[in-house]
Amino acid sequence: MTVGEPPSQPPGQPPGQPPRDPVEARLDFLRGRAMPVNHDARTISALAANPGCPRRALMDAAGVHKHEIAKHVGLPAPYGLSPFARSRGNAFEALVKDDSASLLLALLRQHIGLDIASAHYEDLSRVGAGESTNLRHARTRQKLLGADPGTHTMFDHPLLRLKVGGRYAFLEPDLLALHHSGRWYVVEVKSFAIIDGQADPEKVAAAAIQSAVYVHALRDLLGTDPSTGANLVHHETILVAPENFANKPAAAKLDVRKQLGVIRRQLNRIASVESLLDAYPEDLTFDLDPDPDGRPRRAPGELRGAVETVPANYAPECLATCELCFVCRDEARAHGDTGALGKKVREDLGGIETVPQALGLARGALAPAPEREEIAVKLRHAAQVWEQLTGQAV
Amino acid sequence: MSQLTSLARLLAVETGRAQPTKTVRHVHLSDRPLVLVAAQLAGEACAPLGALIGDDRARPRLLVVYEPRDRTQRFAWAAAVAETVLGYIDGYAKEVPDQDPDPEARPETGTPKPEPAADAPQLLVPNPQTAGFLRLLGRSTRFRSTTGEYAVPEAVPLLGRWLTYYSERTEVTPSALLLQLTAVLADHWASGQSATEDVLLGALVGWIDPPPGLTGPQAARVAEDPVRCPPAGPVTDPGWDNDVLEPMIAAVRAATASGDAAALARVQTAMDGALWSQLRPTWDLTWQGIDLLRELPEAAHVAARWLDDRKSFTSTVAWIRQGGAPQPRRDGAVSAARRLARLEREQQRLAVERAFDDPLVLAEYRLTGEAFAGRVTWRAPDRLDQSGSRAVPRPLITLATEDEVIMDEGTVLKSPVRPRQKAVLTEILPPESPGGTTFVTLELTSGMGRGRTPQPGSIPAFGEELTYTSLSDDFQPPAKFPAREDTPWTHGGPPQEYVPTDDDAREDWS
Repeated sequence: MTVGEPPSQPPGQPPGQPPRDPVEARLDFLRGRAMPVNHDARTISALAANPGCPRRALMDAAGVHKHEIAKHVGLPAPYGLSPFARSRGNAFEALVKDDSASLLLALLRQHIGLDIASAHYEDLSRVGAGESTNLRHARTRQKLLGADPGTHTMFDHPLLRLKVGGRYAFLEPDLLALHHSGRWYVVEVKSFAIIDGQADPEKVAAAAIQSAVYVHALRDLLGTDPSTGANLVHHETILVAPENFANKPAAAKLDVRKQLGVIRRQLNRIASVESLLDAYPEDLTFDLDPDPDGRPRRAPGELRGAVETVPANYAPECLATCELCFVCRDEARAHGDTGALGKKVREDLGGIETVPQALGLARGALAPAPEREEIAVKLRHAAQVWEQLTGQAV
Repeated sequence: MSQLTSLARLLAVETGRAQPTKTVRHVHLSDRPLVLVAAQLAGEACAPLGALIGDDRARPRLLVVYEPRDRTQRFAWAAAVAETVLGYIDGYAKEVPDQDPDPEARPETGTPKPEPAADAPQLLVPNPQTAGFLRLLGRSTRFRSTTGEYAVPEAVPLLGRWLTYYSERTEVTPSALLLQLTAVLADHWASGQSATEDVLLGALVGWIDPPPGLTGPQAARVAEDPVRCPPAGPVTDPGWDNDVLEPMIAAVRAATASGDAAALARVQTAMDGALWSQLRPTWDLTWQGIDLLRELPEAAHVAARWLDDRKSFTSTVAWIRQGGAPQPRRDGAVSAARRLARLEREQQRLAVERAFDDPLVLAEYRLTGEAFAGRVTWRAPDRLDQSGSRAVPRPLITLATEDEVIMDEGTVLKSPVRPRQKAVLTEILPPESPGGTTFVTLELTSGMGRGRTPQPGSIPAFGEELTYTSLSDDFQPPAKFPAREDTPWTHGGPPQEYVPTDDDAREDWS
């Protein structure tokens, strides 16, 4: 077991304040001296990608900067956003919202049946000098709770709040629309194109889960209609994206009920992080021990040891969603983990965990456990066929 | 493909080298395919940044868009691409004689024309993403008008039609007109990484053919570093976008705005160099992949499938010569259903042909119980069926196999050695213990000639090693669909005749 030098002072806790909740204190200690990572809809939707991974659940609950950890152990994930993609996204959103979102209003009329000629539009993104996120959220809260379907329609960039693993994450949907019936719609503006009615399915799926995070957070705030018990926030969200090769926006409805279920389950899991913490030593920390200039001083090998104290559930799908993916892949490969070859291969191998085990059974060099007898016969057969046809010993 | 391929992946992990999972090459590979490696501007639907094109690996043509968000420059680029691509296609199309075109026929649905071209032009791209880029490039150029306000060079909409044709043709699984290299390589080799990682051309080639001194996984790891091995496109490395491309495009813009021709020429040369450095490694990897595929002998059925491609190409040439309208944005209900049914039949046919051509493919079916390999241990070659008016030969043979046989009596089987001969399974004697020997008796019902005595060699010999499978490529009659004008109301009624409008041509390409 390798654990780090504990930080001299628990982070996030100014001196003289009353002691915090013990779970939070432990999460703070796990994170070390770094500021907690700010969750956004993207990171929260990524949580749903591999719900069975304790390493990810623990690090995300503690707000650990996974990218910094991966970088320090020498295996950074290859993520990055091109400046062109960013500026294209910003330009498209600006276009959609230009002139009090007149283009958007036309689309909303068509898709959620707003039958009003002109509409209220309020930008909640403007931040006063030194305005804190808490203050901004408070304003959003006040505006949304006091909204009147008769007069209010569109709220641009409200700041919502959602509890993730004992800490509040702030979320900023592109726009919320209030239908005159009193129902709210989450509107997400994306810059990938819808060409002849079709868009990249992966990107649509990512937008759907991201919108679902907003719906979840908004429901958290607005709850249900006290008289009917119906959800005030619609499970259909509106995706706005450029149509064909032009900049003209088009809209499509996304039903996010399934994604909502996934997010709810995963957030519950993270909320029960207490039981997860019990499994690990109290002095476990992912602290980077930064010098006064913020350069990490902790020995990478030691940090890696701390990371590996918490088991990961690596699968190739992690490569698209988790900053720690190369670290976990490296570890999985070193163990000869068959899961690193993908779900299909693992299924073909009847769930055998490691490459040496599987090859051992295929060669008849290992005696199978009773529950592995069937798959062992199949593997031996496959090995015989392989030898017969390729002339090479397995 | 399953258990055998998975076993091969394990062996790849252990040896540090990808394992061949096919004994022959199952796709046609032209002597001089037109290779196209592309880069596009991130964030845009289809904003080309540059491409390397050519059928000569030593002399690719570099085409760069210096201001990718400028419509005029994009079309000028498309025209330059068209020059190379159409020039290449014309080299084959000019061999197609003028024929009496059938005005009703569209290339995908119409009756095939006689006399297929002697050969067809083959495009080859590094990965499916580049094929997707070509599809969008085709979609965004085929409706352009060559007259009026937004006129483009004549070659541009023609390029659009051809690229659309090639893209649609990739949906026909047996087609090899547009090859997507990573997919073809992953089909012929099993690497020691996951299928998710196999989409990276450099990593996959690294596993198959690592540079001297490196193991497969080491080579793959190098290929994952975008600085050492630029991505195979068309999306470029965000770090390169940020550090190299963005300042260059800004400099192009500044030089254009100030009218400084010398500065513009300088920065354009620099941008040529930058694109070259991003595209050239993929160009080389692509040709390395082509070399690897060439080492495999061609499978027996490949020529027949390529003939279908040649026929399809020939009718497309005829259709374009008679000035066929650009392909509609969406299929009508009937043509979509007909197309789908055809694709399913083609897919089944391909699966059978591949199994008959390649013992390693057939072996996958042995592992699932749909095929078995054994040796002839008993035969009754002279057996006759006298129940009819005329006695016919119905020999019996028994094979001993170690494979698990999950088939019912009465199943019709075939062996790749005698593909015309049907054998009906009459009896299975299961093994005494799991993994033991199974005895299977077959009645041969055809492929022995017309006489009372079977032709010599038509009955398997004693001791002959054979594989029998229940896979069948028997001709199935095409499903019946209503005519286009009889589209039922449940499917929207007869679709409107597609007529290209000025709106199509005016559509922004920004």
